[in-house]
Amino acid sequence: MLRKALMAGLAAGVFSLVAMPALALTSEEEPKHVEFGFEGPLGKFDRAAVQRGFKVYAEVCASCHSMNLLYYRNLAQKGGPFYEEKYPNPNASPYAKAIAAAVMVPDIDQETGDAVMRAATPADHFKSPFANEVAARASNGGAMPPDLSVIAKAREGGPAYIYSILTGYPTPPKGLTVPAGKYYNPYMPGDLASYWSGPKDQVPKGGFIAMPLQLTPDRVTFDDGTKSTAEQQAHDVSTFLAWAAEPKAEERKETGLAVMAYLILFAGLMYASYRRIWRNVAH
Amino acid sequence: MSGHSTYEPKTGIERWLDARLPIIRLGYDSVIAYPTPKNLNYWWTFGGILSVCLVLQIVTGVVLAMHYIPHGDLAFASVERIMRDVNHGWMIRYLHANGASMFFLAVYVHMARGLYYGSYKEPREVLWILGCVIYLLMMATAFMGYVLPWGQMSFYGAVVITNFFSALDQVIPGLGSAITTWLWGGFAVDNPTLNRFFSLHYLLPFVIAGVVGLHIWALHVPGNNNPTGVSVKSKDDVVPFHPYYTVKDGFAIVVFLILLSWFVFFAPDALGHADNYVQANPLQTPNHIVPEWYFLPFYAMLRAVPQKLAGVLIMFGSIALLFATPWLDWAKVRSMRYRPTARWFFIIFIVAVLILGWCGGKLPDDVIIPMGKNPDGSPTGFSVVHLSRILTAYYYAYFLLVLPFVKNFEQTLPVPDSISAPVLTEKKG
Ligand code: HEC
Ligand code: HEM
Repeated sequence: MLRKALMAGLAAGVFSLVAMPALALTSEEEPKHVEFGFEGPLGKFDRAAVQRGFKVYAEVCASCHSMNLLYYRNLAQKGGPFYEEKYPNPNASPYAKAIAAAVMVPDIDQETGDAVMRAATPADHFKSPFANEVAARASNGGAMPPDLSVIAKAREGGPAYIYSILTGYPTPPKGLTVPAGKYYNPYMPGDLASYWSGPKDQVPKGGFIAMPLQLTPDRVTFDDGTKSTAEQQAHDVSTFLAWAAEPKAEERKETGLAVMAYLILFAGLMYASYRRIWRNVAH
Repeated sequence: MSGHSTYEPKTGIERWLDARLPIIRLGYDSVIAYPTPKNLNYWWTFGGILSVCLVLQIVTGVVLAMHYIPHGDLAFASVERIMRDVNHGWMIRYLHANGASMFFLAVYVHMARGLYYGSYKEPREVLWILGCVIYLLMMATAFMGYVLPWGQMSFYGAVVITNFFSALDQVIPGLGSAITTWLWGGFAVDNPTLNRFFSLHYLLPFVIAGVVGLHIWALHVPGNNNPTGVSVKSKDDVVPFHPYYTVKDGFAIVVFLILLSWFVFFAPDALGHADNYVQANPLQTPNHIVPEWYFLPFYAMLRAVPQKLAGVLIMFGSIALLFATPWLDWAKVRSMRYRPTARWFFIIFIVAVLILGWCGGKLPDDVIIPMGKNPDGSPTGFSVVHLSRILTAYYYAYFLLVLPFVKNFEQTLPVPDSISAPVLTEKKG
């Protein structure tokens, strides 16, 4: 009885700590419920979706957001959207080469040391749209577009949050004064009380974001014929960003299944040995 | 390490070594022949689990340190490089980060075991205190380790914790600030702070390993306590450590590794905080600064009182009480198995600490039971800070009132004459 109570107490405590809800000072809307195939212990990335998502990033987001932790070669590495078994070395992948070659990056001339522009190679970082933070802010009304390399991990809610932000631009409720260069987004953390002239207990949820609505129908043309709705683009780019935040996630889960199978067998063996060794001891 | 050694060198080389450095004898006496009470339950397996955790942290940590760069501009990217480009770097880092969490889970179970079965009582006071020292060192190590990836929580965690010392300004003006400046190596948490934290984070685990050695030495002199709390009386009460407890601990360790692996491979960031994937930015304070889950109960105590110095004292005092526990418990009976009243206070104590942990993750002003509304429409009433106060008071009362005095009101159950006695009559389990 006591032991059960202890166990139950401990279990409940540990569970409540682990399952602790998102902590927030501000009151934003919970992210929309969107399903992603890569979630869960068995989930895998839908490669076509990651490819489409990369296209959305390259054609839309890349004009403001850097992804400094990614190299073009990552796109063609194992688990990446453009991986093919034929090209185990991602630096030799024609896909990575072609994608990189379309981008001009600054370098120095190897003989004169002069600043030059050259076509990127798979070994280059994703090109940053701005030379530095000052330039980035200057072009965005003072706001800094965050680097998107690990954004899917850096926000509570991850890909569902990104999806919600990108598709969450309703007409601002009457009574909300939206400052110039800002947009109302119910999924963005913030505190709108001082911009609200309506009833004090009905302050709208969410906050202001300095990023204008980006995704509109047919903003990007998908090569595989997928219908390019705003939701589709948002879903695909969120998938791409989830992949980019941890390109080894699939490898991790695969390894995990093997490790688990091994450990469970091992535990069974240990338990059997334990029973056998202790069989003659009263305890 | 104590008592009569039963080691008999069998080969010539063993005899030769035994006469010069009896290290095989030491090993034999400590982990092979070491007489262990035969009634230890699974709560006793956490010592072995903790040893595995320490080794795991050191091995993964040393490999991480081969790739990690302790510099404010490079640390964050170097950790990401470990995740992306180092072969199996993601596994090493996730083992290290989740290993730290599991290490604390194990140490909390281990300490609760000691509190419940009275393992801190005479003659094991030194053993208990060494355990408390290990726990303190673990907290320091984990705190500094969490700073290393140099994310937002790393940075602001370092700011909050080092600022504890500035509360001393309220005692001697200037003293606290002088100490924080000294700790930081400058006038703010910055690159020098990161560098020294890395140095200490590398050092302390080896200090822990040393204290663990003393801890085990201090264990092997009086021998293990056991669920009955009755001292070992005869050979019938004990079994040799090997194979009986190597196999039982081994089983528990493998089960523990399953839990660890579940986090590492399927939920590696579940115990962490999203903000720590944002590189540290001294100009942008996060909305909500929370420590790792294993510090949350203490964080709640810190914030339970509005006065900073008092909060810091209450928090450190709660750990000081652990050190004093052997002299606070005045009951004769060791194990709470035979102390029906104390046992309930103990259960409430555990639940109180867990709820304190929950409070630590909330904001002090979060309302639990609304009892009205502020003019702006937000609810008022019984809030997290009120709950934290009650629970902190209970935490203190457990050590300062329950442990010394409950024996005066308690009808203890009959304690068996020896370890074997109940084993022979009661049924297994
Ligand atoms: C015109 C420039 C611009 C483009 C194009 C753009 N963004 Fe942004 N984005 C911004 C700015 C500026 C911010 C910072 C907003 C703020 O802090 O209020 C931002 C913020 C964000 C955030 C972070 C929100 C948060 O929680 O802080 C995400 C996620 C994001 N953008 C995703 C995207 C994606 C995905 C795309 C491509 C579909 C994209 N952005 C295209 C300018 C842009
Ligand atoms: C008592 C044992 C130890 C504990 C409890 C511990 C704890 C931690 C924690 C909590 C982190 C932050 C993890 C993260 O969020 O990324 C960390 C990081 C780190 N630790 Fe340890 N650690 C221990 C031993 C060691 C040792 C012995 C070394 C080196 C010899 C080491 C090297 C590192 C390095 C390089 C990092 C930064 C990389 C990273 O953040 O993943 N640790 N440690």
